[in-house]
Amino acid sequence: MKKRLIALSVLSAVCFFSQVQAAPKTFVYCSEGSPSGFNPQFYTDGSTFDAAGQALYNRLVEFKPGETNVSPALAESWEVSADGLTYTFKLRKGVKFHTSKDFTPSRDFNADDVLFSFNRQWKADDPYHKVSNGNYEYFTGMSMPDVLKAIEKVDDYTVKFTLNRPEAPMLANLAMDFASILSAEYADVMMKAKTPEKVDTDPVGTGPFQLVAYQKDAMIRYKANENYWEGKPKIDNLVFAITTDNAVRWQKLQAGECHLMPFPNPADLKAMQENKDVTVLSQEGLNVGYFAYNTTKKPFDDARVRKALNMAINKQAILEAVYQGAGKVAKNPIPPTMWSYNDKVEDDKYDVEAAKKLLEEAGVKDLKTNIWAMPVQRPYNPNAKRMAEMIQADWKAVGVTAEIVSFEWAEYLERSKKGEHDTLLMGWTGDNGDPDNFLAVLLGCDAVKDGSNRAFWCNQAFNDLVQKAKTLSDQAERAKLYEQAQEVFKKEAPWATIAHSVVYEVARKNVSGYKQSPFGLHQFKSVDLTE
Amino acid sequence: MFKFILNKIVLIIPTFFGITLAAFLFVRLLPGDPITILTGERGVSPERRAEMVAQLGLDQPLLVQYFNYLLNILQGDFGQSLSTHRPVVEEFFERLPATLELSFFAILIAIILGVPAGIIAAVKRGRWPDHLLMGVALTGYSMPIFWWGLLLIMLFSTQLGWTPVSGRLDIINYYFDPITGFMVIDAWLSGQEGAVKSALRHLILPSVVLSTIPMAVIARQTRSAMLEVLGEDYIRTAYAKGLPTWRVIGIHALRNALITVVTVIGLQIGTLVAGAVLTETIFAWPGVGKWMIDAISHRDYPAVQGGLLFIAMLVMLVNLMVDLMYGWINPRVRDGK
Repeated sequence: MKKRLIALSVLSAVCFFSQVQAAPKTFVYCSEGSPSGFNPQFYTDGSTFDAAGQALYNRLVEFKPGETNVSPALAESWEVSADGLTYTFKLRKGVKFHTSKDFTPSRDFNADDVLFSFNRQWKADDPYHKVSNGNYEYFTGMSMPDVLKAIEKVDDYTVKFTLNRPEAPMLANLAMDFASILSAEYADVMMKAKTPEKVDTDPVGTGPFQLVAYQKDAMIRYKANENYWEGKPKIDNLVFAITTDNAVRWQKLQAGECHLMPFPNPADLKAMQENKDVTVLSQEGLNVGYFAYNTTKKPFDDARVRKALNMAINKQAILEAVYQGAGKVAKNPIPPTMWSYNDKVEDDKYDVEAAKKLLEEAGVKDLKTNIWAMPVQRPYNPNAKRMAEMIQADWKAVGVTAEIVSFEWAEYLERSKKGEHDTLLMGWTGDNGDPDNFLAVLLGCDAVKDGSNRAFWCNQAFNDLVQKAKTLSDQAERAKLYEQAQEVFKKEAPWATIAHSVVYEVARKNVSGYKQSPFGLHQFKSVDLTE
Repeated sequence: MFKFILNKIVLIIPTFFGITLAAFLFVRLLPGDPITILTGERGVSPERRAEMVAQLGLDQPLLVQYFNYLLNILQGDFGQSLSTHRPVVEEFFERLPATLELSFFAILIAIILGVPAGIIAAVKRGRWPDHLLMGVALTGYSMPIFWWGLLLIMLFSTQLGWTPVSGRLDIINYYFDPITGFMVIDAWLSGQEGAVKSALRHLILPSVVLSTIPMAVIARQTRSAMLEVLGEDYIRTAYAKGLPTWRVIGIHALRNALITVVTVIGLQIGTLVAGAVLTETIFAWPGVGKWMIDAISHRDYPAVQGGLLFIAMLVMLVNLMVDLMYGWINPRVRDGK
């Protein structure tokens, strides 16, 4: 017995020391840019979602890792009424908020936090509404103020959302970063301390990581949340090494200065695939790169002209040259991975002769026009200038002379919103996996005045289908309407749909448990490093 | 001397107001506004846009906006960044140490290599060392910084593994809170073993890259200043007196050539602080150059205005110091003769 006891204590001592001596696991992510801030309610950029929404916070419901489907998170379950107007959420018990240097939570997450998080964005008279001069871009952008009628606390662990009209994408919207849940208790404490803006700059969430330090344009440092409700993450420290240039990111990854990098330069992909120390991850992106005609200008108001010009573009060649073959030629405005994608739609065939004939029929001769090319690189379009050059050359073959125009990004957005372009290159990456997020946001009639419909195309038949689909809760019924809408779109051709790109990320070989997100988000709660 | 300094300082005041106006107008002349950039591909409804414009105070007449801005500046309030909602002063001065640290090492390298190169080229005028050094200087001056930086990274970091690729510290092994913002000093204060060495190693490549152009300029200017001085009568006299060459060149000639050299170095410091943008971008160096570029592309009006103003002040300060140094090197300047 005594011997056993000694053996046991030696063994436990060994275990203890080996645990103590194990070096903390620090995972370094070479991120592409600084977050705009640490409150995901304010911002719309991916860098902020990764650094704030995904690392620090949770939402009532969340997208399953690697999928566009919604799964329970801070809400354990929910019920939707038959008329689609009430959503009742049962909240998870025992979820702890982070402890920071200014704040130690006295209670677990509950309904008050949900009310605070939404009311702050929604109610102009909420004491926090104006704190940090907040603009709640996504909350407004996803029409939440129009959709929401009331949010009520039924009891500490039950919250009821009542809507003004049925809104099919509601759950998906609640999984987006702007719907992150902040601590109401922390907000109260900070308000009393007369430093309410700390809620936004020194974040306290329920997420898998807790913020340790941030130096803009240099790094963000997190530590694992020991009390995380899904269990403590496998890594101890998470560091974002902010590296804006994609060539430098690649050098850093090779040198072992980071473990994962997003947005590689397409031209480096071959070398990456041949490198034995790294793994190239890829996923079909939830995006579309498109080429919009300004349908308010002659001759682009004529669908025949648009069709003819579409037929003159060799999209396969663009896919090879601009996307390095990484993607699919697009025929619909929504990507093939999205439900309701209409595979029966036939694309306009690349046919120079037919294009010429159709142009002639429409009475267009010696057309002189312009092609606007974006100055920025995006996953949906890695090189707009090159793309514009290729379209320019293709069009020359059908007798159309186009001049390529480009501006600095802010100017590009501003001028194209005013409709100064004849044709322009643009694109979109989905927010919530719902077709409405593409079809209504980019091609709906309301989107004309918002400036996101840069074809200025308002087609009543298309718009009615999309608006009606939004009010139905049955996905199969909605899908039917969206399929019809895609047919209208193809017939009218307000855009040439160019491509849906594949999104790449590159990881070192010792990284495990990482899953790419279709939304382009980066989550590290399940990531691990093996020796 | 006191009057000399006072004169210089009095001249700074109108310059200051000129800069506030220029900065204010410059950023507003750019097409597009902060709201356009904020909403990006998504767009925004006209009603919502009007609300946001009002919230940012951009709906008021330009003149009113400018006077409000001036009034606030005089009270020490430089406004809040539109994108981070933090005071511009805080944002700027948090990042200034990184730029100063980098510029300091860059200018050090530029002087240590540039001045002797210029002297040697002048002394060996027309012979092969002159051609070689000036050829190198011309190459350095014409080097596209981005390409040059990446080339050095690929050679020294990825291939040879001698220096880190980017950043200011080995973030896997070291972490400490910034105290001064100067990484080398903070590393030393942290007491963590190897941290100072890591910080210095991270400084090598960026300072070499940043020093390239100033080094070339300094070398060329030193050469021409030296050539001018070496042709003077008193140099011939010094030689005739039988002084050793190193004394004639190192003391008699150099001291008089220094005036030009100091001017050039002063000008280069100004350019370094304002112009480290590319180097900061390549090496992920969180300095003010990169911050300014971001502010401009986001149409972050208060940040651009504040940043331009601070950088201008800094350049003026350096110029003032250069002026004072003239006085010290050459008494004729200070006495206004």
